[in-house]
Amino acid sequence: MISLSWYLIFAAALFSIGLYGVLARKNAIAILMGIELMLNAVNINLVAFWRYGDLARIAGQAFAVIVFAVAAAEVAVGLALVISIYRRRNTVAAEEIDLMKW
Amino acid sequence: MGDPINLISRWFNDLLLGWGVAENLVKVISLAIGATIVATLSLATVIALIWVERKIAGRLQDRPGPNRAGPYGLFQPFADIIKIFTKEITIPDGADHVAFNIAPVLALGSVLLIWAVIPFAATVVGANINVGVLYIVAVGSFGVVAVLMAGWSSNNKFALLGSFRAVAQMVSYEVPMVIALLTPVLLARSMGLNDIVAAQTPWFIIVAPLAALIFLITSMAEVGRAPFDLLEAESEIVAGFHTEYSGMGFGAFYVSEFLHVWTIGALIATFFLGGWSGPGVETLPVLGILYFYLKTFIGYFVVTWIRLSLPRVRIDQLLAFNWKFLTPLSLAVLIVTAILDKALELAAVERWAYALMMLAANLIIGWATVLILKAIEPKRKRQRVEFTPRPIAVAPKSVDNVSSR
Amino acid sequence: MSGLEIFFLVVAVVTLVAALLVVTTPNLVHAALWLILALFGVAATFVLLNATFLAVVQVVVYIGAIAVLMIFAIMLTRRVMKDSGPQTNSNWVWAALLGLALFGGLTFVLLHSDAAGVSLPALSAHADPLAQLGQELVSPNAYVIPFELASVLLLAAMIGAIVVAWKN
Repeated sequence: MISLSWYLIFAAALFSIGLYGVLARKNAIAILMGIELMLNAVNINLVAFWRYGDLARIAGQAFAVIVFAVAAAEVAVGLALVISIYRRRNTVAAEEIDLMKW
Repeated sequence: MGDPINLISRWFNDLLLGWGVAENLVKVISLAIGATIVATLSLATVIALIWVERKIAGRLQDRPGPNRAGPYGLFQPFADIIKIFTKEITIPDGADHVAFNIAPVLALGSVLLIWAVIPFAATVVGANINVGVLYIVAVGSFGVVAVLMAGWSSNNKFALLGSFRAVAQMVSYEVPMVIALLTPVLLARSMGLNDIVAAQTPWFIIVAPLAALIFLITSMAEVGRAPFDLLEAESEIVAGFHTEYSGMGFGAFYVSEFLHVWTIGALIATFFLGGWSGPGVETLPVLGILYFYLKTFIGYFVVTWIRLSLPRVRIDQLLAFNWKFLTPLSLAVLIVTAILDKALELAAVERWAYALMMLAANLIIGWATVLILKAIEPKRKRQRVEFTPRPIAVAPKSVDNVSSR
Repeated sequence: MSGLEIFFLVVAVVTLVAALLVVTTPNLVHAALWLILALFGVAATFVLLNATFLAVVQVVVYIGAIAVLMIFAIMLTRRVMKDSGPQTNSNWVWAALLGLALFGGLTFVLLHSDAAGVSLPALSAHADPLAQLGQELVSPNAYVIPFELASVLLLAAMIGAIVVAWKN
């Protein structure tokens, strides 16, 4: 039997990798990819808790569905911003987008 | 008695169990054999389809089609296959080798995977999962990825342009396609393909003709065949995303395109033409396979017929047609179908009256759409271009001012 | 080890390796392709957890839409395609340490929690999680408000994306 902690550790590893990607990557699109990995890790946790918890309550799956919607919205807006910035500043490196920084 | 396929599979399972093989292993083995048979059968169908398509194309264009190799040119596909196998496989300079080689496999796989859930007969289904319709949509998205990979990894501008076009087209036509597929799901109250087939009394093409039409159009765009073959418009971008492929790499794309058209026929048969249902299937379920293949061929023939009859559309026409016509229409059809279906269910009308009213509602929507389109679109008069005859050759002007410089 | 456990381990290892490559590959298109594999691995995990609907939606939404959008964006911001220099910023050592620390801490907590002892409840044959999910998402007593909010969010995001990416 696969125990619940296997899934949780798997999700923790995926989340940590995503976090590394968000913090270390230069490219804004690559940062978005890291965020996707983190959201997926959260989804694994939600579904695992549903499966190992009370099956009569579907909260875990319902939350996961909402996370899907939020992820789709986030990517749509995020990529639109990236493309818009690229048009104006000709770069997608997060470090070089520093107009608002002192 | 009426179901030899399950009989054989049960006999085979019992045989393995009798030999003392573990029960789980027997399950895995029989599933693997089933999957192999379905995949091989689908690929073998393509061999026949190549001949059929070329024959249909020939007849529609008033020529005999292949007629040299074997009786009626039946061996023509085998000659083609031998030719394509013996061709050299070239990989362009600067290409991304891994992505370049995976892309054709992925393209073919994305089409083959659809066959896993298609019910050939009431009892002959690869996997009767309860999210069948979504599964079909999901598997199709691998095709999009394959096209992107092929176009990008070829290191060729035409290939990249072709894959951009293809993806824009496939992603945007997926919207009305999924909405159109929701109509049979709604009518059958299930996403499982076998349940949808079983719920079709009468066939959904009568209950939901507009959804069937939208599905036909969008799935043709999804394959990228004429009139939607902008992704491989020969006169504009060489051969689109598979410009750089040769030998079996090209062969895989070619086969996946043919198989995709055949799969569309199968999906139309399953969703709208009643799949395996027909007279006598209750007593003899195997007859369902025959009905299924007949209906699939009807769908396939219609797609081929349209392909051979219509010219290619322009890219702006293609996108405008999708977003300004198909998407709103599919949403309207879905909403009206949902409301009417619920109302008729509450009123508990007879089945034939239900079908008639659904048909009437669809016709009214179609008529209203035509009226709205006519009202919105200003009447364009075809402008006659004045033609002034020009002489083919003009006498040269005096050469003096040329030579003086 | 049972077959399912081996399957889980294979899926987990493939997913994690793919995820690592997503955050380390210098070539962004490759990173996006690895992302597709990682997302597919997560879908396989959902299948292991008997959430077939979510697995299929994962493939439709993430691979069919999000990953393809990402590849599109990468190709549209074209200069990046030729970037072969380092794709990480100067803080990558700290980021790696933070990631490792987070993973270590979470694993430590999880191993000492009672999660390992939770037994797997049997799925009853007649209860259909898919039908249940559908009912609860539109039931006024359950999740209809989050569901509607999510749809409004999607609409807002769609309009916002169009406005932001508008050429003028």
